[in-house]
Amino acid sequence: MRNAFSKKLAELASKNKKIYIVVADISPAGAMVDFQKKNPDRFINVGVAEQTMIGVSAGLAMKKKIPFAYTISTFALYRPFEMIRTDLCYQNLPVTVVGMGAGTIYSTLGATHLTQEDIAIARALPNMQILAPCDPNELEECINFCVNKSKKPTYLRIGKAGEKNYTDNSTKWKFGKIRKITAGKSTCILTFGPIVKLAFDVNKKLKKKISIYSCHTLKPFDYQGLEKIFKRYKTIITLEDHSNIGGLGDIVSSFAGKKRYGGQLKSYSLKDKFFHFYGSQKQLLELHGISERKIYKFISGIKN
Amino acid sequence: MQPASKENCKLIRKKILDISQKVSALHVGGAFSSVELIEKIFFKLKEKSDTFILSKGHAGILLYSVLNILGKIKNQELDLYCKSKGDLGVHPDYNNYGISASTGSLGHGLGLAAGMAIAEMNTTKKIFVLISDGELQEGSVWETILFISSRKLNNIVLLVDNNNLQSSTKTTDTHPTLYPIDKKFTSFGWNFANCNGHNSLEIEKKLNLNSKKPFALIAKTIKGYPISFMKNDPKWHYRSPDLKEFKKAMDEIKKN
Repeated sequence: MRNAFSKKLAELASKNKKIYIVVADISPAGAMVDFQKKNPDRFINVGVAEQTMIGVSAGLAMKKKIPFAYTISTFALYRPFEMIRTDLCYQNLPVTVVGMGAGTIYSTLGATHLTQEDIAIARALPNMQILAPCDPNELEECINFCVNKSKKPTYLRIGKAGEKNYTDNSTKWKFGKIRKITAGKSTCILTFGPIVKLAFDVNKKLKKKISIYSCHTLKPFDYQGLEKIFKRYKTIITLEDHSNIGGLGDIVSSFAGKKRYGGQLKSYSLKDKFFHFYGSQKQLLELHGISERKIYKFISGIKN
Repeated sequence: MQPASKENCKLIRKKILDISQKVSALHVGGAFSSVELIEKIFFKLKEKSDTFILSKGHAGILLYSVLNILGKIKNQELDLYCKSKGDLGVHPDYNNYGISASTGSLGHGLGLAAGMAIAEMNTTKKIFVLISDGELQEGSVWETILFISSRKLNNIVLLVDNNNLQSSTKTTDTHPTLYPIDKKFTSFGWNFANCNGHNSLEIEKKLNLNSKKPFALIAKTIKGYPISFMKNDPKWHYRSPDLKEFKKAMDEIKKN
């Protein structure tokens, strides 16, 4: 995703002179190297200074530029939180804060580099939009939206490297709309971000295929679309690389209560617990009860 | 002191005192220490396309008073300061009446200015920022000071209101190593000048608008200036004078 991000943004920024890329000690990758060389005025590395990264991006937006602030997700959102809240959200500026390697992706780096609660935090901010594309295709759509349509601050939560595309044959991406990626019958998985791979791995093994949806826009959330899903499926599973507090699982279960959804809900989220564990991302997720085996076993056991 | 500036400053202070009688409290001390600085910017130096950021947002009433004199904020709006029917609260709100940034949390204004300065890089437009000396305790300020000189954002003009008081104590009580301020700026790659922040002529003389490096004016000021019973007294950080104090203060301004 990092490379897709660099490629798409560099492509748009080469044409649109209003686009500025503000990074905090991130070396440009792929196509961004070339962009930086040709446009040193519009590629700004503030160094290890995340508060400045957000302040500078806000200032640029106040002068009608289109800035992208970009670094590893913990440092993009948590470190400069008050600048995001006051400079970006309170002043309602169209700045995109790109959190790279979100969730448990940096699985050997420890809790300082993991983002378990970013959606919860970003959701609580008035004016903030949240985008979490599930593959490089969706990421390109998100960048297009942020450059050409967005009028508000956006937290763009992305993966790192090597993610495959799952949405080649899906319905059109639309901001704020839950998107069906693959169609099945009475059970569906709602998810966002690169963990969509796990849903596909499970589905591959299932005899009775399930539907998989990408909830790429976490805020504003598509409650209308969710209501349709309540009507269509007897079992709804949420799958996320995020805490069980304030993420997709929470969104779906609280709305299900409100709408008196009569089916079965099951959520796979991270526990409200820090990791003191280093290993593969798969191992980290397993430690918090999220695995292909468990999800497969659950779905296979559904009687209907 | 220049006669026009002196009259403007008197008018601004009287306006603030008038408003003080309609609200339970206001930041009169920190507003009074910045009057000459902000007067010089708005009535002399700032071109229409330049930007001014009040990073010490608690002096909002001072900015409103100046914008009122300049006709940007109407009397009836200023009368509704901190009232439910008005738009003006203690701290400035972005986009209301040409206010260029929402401030009130210290340590934000200079970062915004840095972004604006990058956007205006190849123009003659300037970004003026007023910060307080207490604000120099915020880490974000030093992050940005280092960044601004590294990026050669020479279109930033920073004014430091050095009244040596913060809300509860002297800045040197909590930070005895705050001084020298000027050497800190030069070691961070800036140009600077020290001046008497209540002498309009000196402010104008010392402000270098064509500096080859980002420029900071360190203005020595007195919180509550020129009111005898307010000067250097931390209790006037956030307080309205009672009627007796109000009359005495008005009297002192007339004679000043």
